[in-house]
Amino acid sequence: MIFVLWAIIFVVGIWIISTYNGLVALRLRVQNAWRQIEVQLKRRYDLIPNLVETVKGYMQYEQDTLQKVIDARSQAMTSKGIKETAEAQTALTQSLGKVFALMENYPELKASKNVLDLQEELTTTENQLAFARQYYNDLVTQYNTKQQVFPSNTLASVFKFQPSEFFSVPEAETALPKVNLSLTR
Amino acid sequence: MGCFILFFFAIGTAVDYLYLDAFTPAGPAFPVATVLALGFAASTTLTAYYRGADMILASLGAEKLNLQIPEHRELQNVVTEMALASGSPMPRIFVSFDPAPNALATGTNEKNAAICVTAGLLTLLNREETQGVIAHEMSHIRNDDILLMTLVSVLLGGIVLLSDWGRRGFYGSQSGRRMGRKSPLLFLPLLLLIALSPLIAQLLAMAVSRQREYLADATAAQYTRNPGGLARALERIRDGAMPFSKASRGTAHLFIMDPLRRRLDERSGALADLLATHPPIERRIALLYRMAGIAQPIEDRSTVQGSNVQRVQ
Repeated sequence: MIFVLWAIIFVVGIWIISTYNGLVALRLRVQNAWRQIEVQLKRRYDLIPNLVETVKGYMQYEQDTLQKVIDARSQAMTSKGIKETAEAQTALTQSLGKVFALMENYPELKASKNVLDLQEELTTTENQLAFARQYYNDLVTQYNTKQQVFPSNTLASVFKFQPSEFFSVPEAETALPKVNLSLTR
Repeated sequence: MGCFILFFFAIGTAVDYLYLDAFTPAGPAFPVATVLALGFAASTTLTAYYRGADMILASLGAEKLNLQIPEHRELQNVVTEMALASGSPMPRIFVSFDPAPNALATGTNEKNAAICVTAGLLTLLNREETQGVIAHEMSHIRNDDILLMTLVSVLLGGIVLLSDWGRRGFYGSQSGRRMGRKSPLLFLPLLLLIALSPLIAQLLAMAVSRQREYLADATAAQYTRNPGGLARALERIRDGAMPFSKASRGTAHLFIMDPLRRRLDERSGALADLLATHPPIERRIALLYRMAGIAQPIEDRSTVQGSNVQRVQ
């Protein structure tokens, strides 16, 4: 009888340790994924002035659009927290998409090697941002699910694990027309 | 792995017994061939583990990226994107200067993994399609396929070598007087072992490889959220396929599409299912289109061809 009791305590103990460690590991992975997103955001901020500087000479009549990109960038840089950052980033993505769409109208712009290099850099940054966000959201889903399903939810509430926030895409971005930034070959 | 070493032990013992008259007073006091075969097996295994990826890359003439070339820079960017999407560290990237469009992943774990693509692939595919191919290769890395495939590659080479050796010894001594003293029944298992071992090893590699190709296609779709990109890439690779001269029987199963361009891969059916290193390409394409929501009847070549027209417009 005593033996059975000890066996039960042992099994429960093992379960508590492994579940707790699993939750902590997931939390760290979520944080790491968020840092990956921040790296991409930083890179994007660095590239935008370059882009504006390069295309300004060609796009005389689009100063408004370029100004909007610069404004969106400075607003995004000052944003704090996951939700606010996500919103500011959406505005930035939209204004950048407009610049790329307008660039199609300037053949001499597309002939410049500088611009092509810059365009590839920005394309990959946008993609990396999207993929980092996708990975982050997948992890957050896993983490939050584990906190809510039985039986691990009991442990999560005892040790006060908080659900993480999604880096979400508001309705506006999904409604945008798709801009293909890659060069056709 | 254990099977591999046991197999070598069996061959070594058999060679000792049949050719060298070991285990009898007249023969050498030491089972030379057994020890040799075991030593060979152990060293091949260790080499395969520590140097396998580099050996495979060297056999394909793979070179490091040259970031001055725009296509190479684009490739590096695409790989970075896929590494982020799969949440794994950045693999090493190599390019093999060959016109045949193909790609492979190798290595022992995700920290020392390597992806190699041919120059032909880079010129043939656009960014979206390259992304699909790289996502497929990243899936092999993430699904832990690369270790098994790399080991099989190098070990397969070893087995083929050894069985050739055994076979030559057997036919060579056919006329020798030693043969007369032993029962012919003893030769049968050895003969079978020697004749069938490369085939068995290859069947194993193929069965593993084919299942994993489907899985890697599906995982790639999960990473890119764009199964159409990989489907179009496979179509282009199929249409532009040519034999990849540097690939061999030992490395064929590593590639995204069979580099030896054997007829079997285009057929479906029981025999093809057993012998091909890759699943039928039409089926892979159709499954990917189905994931993308563009339903295609499987095994119907005409409709898959029809989608080519759509792509071109």
